[in-house]
Amino acid sequence: MSFDGLVCPIPISDYPVVTLAHGGGGRLTRQLIDRMFRAVHDNEWMVEQHDGAVLGAPPKDHELVFTTDSFVVSPMVFPGGDIGKLAVCGTVNDLAMCGAIPRYLSCAFVIEEGFEMEALWRVVSSMGATAREAEVVIVTGDTKVVSRGQADGLFINTSGVGYVETSRVARPSSVREGDAVLVNGDVGRHGIAIMASREGLEFETTIESDCAPLAAQTRALLDAGVDVRTMRDLTRGGLATACVELCRDDISIALDERAVPVREDVRGGCELLGLDPLYVANEGRFVAFVAAEHADRALEVLAETGPDDTQPACIGRVTTEAPGRVVLKAVTGSQRLLDMLSGEQLPRIC
Amino acid sequence: MKHVDEYRDEDSVRRIADRLHAETCGSWTLMEVCGGQTHAIVRFGLDRMLPDGIELVHGPGCPVCVTPLEILDAAMAIAARPDVTFCTFGDMLRVPGSADDLYQIKARGGDVRIVYSPTDALDIAKREPGRQVVFFAVGFETTAPANAMAVHLARQQGIENFSLLVSHVLVPPAIDAVCSAPDNRVQGFLAAGHVCTVMGYADEYPELCEKHRTPIVVTGFEPVDVLQGVLMCVRQLEEGRSDVENQYVRSVRRAGNETALEMVRRVFCIVDRPWRGLGVIPRSGFALEDDYAAHDALVRFAPDTGKVEEPSECIAGAILRGIQKPNDCAAFGTRCTPEKPLGAPMVSSEGACAAYYSYRRDEFAEPPVTEATP
Repeated sequence: MSFDGLVCPIPISDYPVVTLAHGGGGRLTRQLIDRMFRAVHDNEWMVEQHDGAVLGAPPKDHELVFTTDSFVVSPMVFPGGDIGKLAVCGTVNDLAMCGAIPRYLSCAFVIEEGFEMEALWRVVSSMGATAREAEVVIVTGDTKVVSRGQADGLFINTSGVGYVETSRVARPSSVREGDAVLVNGDVGRHGIAIMASREGLEFETTIESDCAPLAAQTRALLDAGVDVRTMRDLTRGGLATACVELCRDDISIALDERAVPVREDVRGGCELLGLDPLYVANEGRFVAFVAAEHADRALEVLAETGPDDTQPACIGRVTTEAPGRVVLKAVTGSQRLLDMLSGEQLPRIC
Repeated sequence: MKHVDEYRDEDSVRRIADRLHAETCGSWTLMEVCGGQTHAIVRFGLDRMLPDGIELVHGPGCPVCVTPLEILDAAMAIAARPDVTFCTFGDMLRVPGSADDLYQIKARGGDVRIVYSPTDALDIAKREPGRQVVFFAVGFETTAPANAMAVHLARQQGIENFSLLVSHVLVPPAIDAVCSAPDNRVQGFLAAGHVCTVMGYADEYPELCEKHRTPIVVTGFEPVDVLQGVLMCVRQLEEGRSDVENQYVRSVRRAGNETALEMVRRVFCIVDRPWRGLGVIPRSGFALEDDYAAHDALVRFAPDTGKVEEPSECIAGAILRGIQKPNDCAAFGTRCTPEKPLGAPMVSSEGACAAYYSYRRDEFAEPPVTEATP
């Protein structure tokens, strides 16, 4: 369903901006919930208007998976997405990485007084559209409004639950020697899209964020019978950080830099900003550690279920050669350690 | 980015390394001046492709690393003022001053902002005329033209609330200082390509070659560039020559960038400068010309920073002069890490200690503790 063309249900003439009263729990809060949130998230739980959503237990032989994430992205709208789309994808993807089918989300807004009502409507609409695409239902929420200067426009928290078959739970501890390391597409688009719009950088073509819900892809892998040991989405800290996090003292992760897909314009942006694409954030990419004999099949599934312009790739292998370490074979043929960053990935000085 | 791939190509790298193995007879110690080159060398393992006789030592070309403690303390004092918006490149935020770093100042309410260019800071000054906007102008010759332009525009447009905290240093006097030290062991230099893109290499570099009988090769930053620079330098040493040569021809012209130089000369004058770890080097830095003194943050705010004291355990000075390497330091990777640095070379993206920590610390330090986050 598209929300293009729908107009904000709270007329600008009434309230062009969000006021403290919209978070006060009185009539205006009710109006915001009724006209805006419930208009988009029209489901039995929202209609019930209860303090919480009664969801029922997971089906037999399934586990309940629960996660949470907060969203403070700046700018709030960027090529390929906005904070609303991100807020749904972020939590959906965390559930997907556990092997789960995402089901229900909560959504809490912290809004700075003076935030434009139209802008809020666009965010809420975008959340609705993304939730439908990801086949999740936003069943409960909360709205707080803080004084000017106490927040930067709009912060969103989403939490989510999903179900996974007990036999299909993907866990970091399942990774073992010999596993293949796959990535579902080229890395670095989201971070560079954000940096480019923040810094006013222009490239020949606009670099769009890869922000997308991933549960369809992760479930397709599992449904195809691929022995998926674990998965992780490549958000803050990028591919390198995800691999360092997943590496244990008894295994080593060997990556081949040449095999990691990075689009040329993204690489150009990284060169310009002094960033390493392996550390740049993504919002629609994940690594999958799979049994080596299933790698080819997994790549086929990822190609079939992913966006047309992405190329999944096998980028490395789990070994025991340098326990506790992620080792990258660089483009020049030499090897180096990959480590977590200290602080933010900062641009060069000269 | 095809033009980058070409200079990272495994076969090309291998070919140059083979030539080096074939042509090197003597034992030579070379210094790459620029921290960007140091990082390329360690990141791509270029030093390990060299014949045994060639040693690379890492030079002082990390502007963050050589910024003296008294300037850092002045930066903290200015940034902490309630009327100041302090603009800086991101590298400076974690560099430790005597008591604080800029992250701490920011967390306690200082208005510290990361910018990508001095003109971003100038734009802030225009937008927020009620704020005193200070740009921390740290760098070698490379960043001088943009900083000069920002001050020049500020004066031209009457933007009085904009000032620079200048800590600009120059490469040739540093090479001279390294060569003049009694314990110097550097026999040839890879000069910093980006610096020479601005400044050229017509005047000071030939004089240095002549004075110290040392070859200098202006060198780029990609693996192929660096190895080619090493090869050119080694050939000179093997042949007993000491000339200036230019490896980085795709960027550097002999006379430099004349338009940029004109702006630099208009705004800056050459002064004696203290270098962290190296002491005062005569005529080794830029300061604002008298015409632009109204935009000098040190004049405007006259910060009182008191006496400064370097952490005694840090060997940054010896590292920056090429006497020691990061792994010679007892604190490396234990009491000094990027999270809790004793000295600037562990912080900066161009610092030698940071390069060793990122890519090689396994070989030199206790294994780090990494905590997985959900």
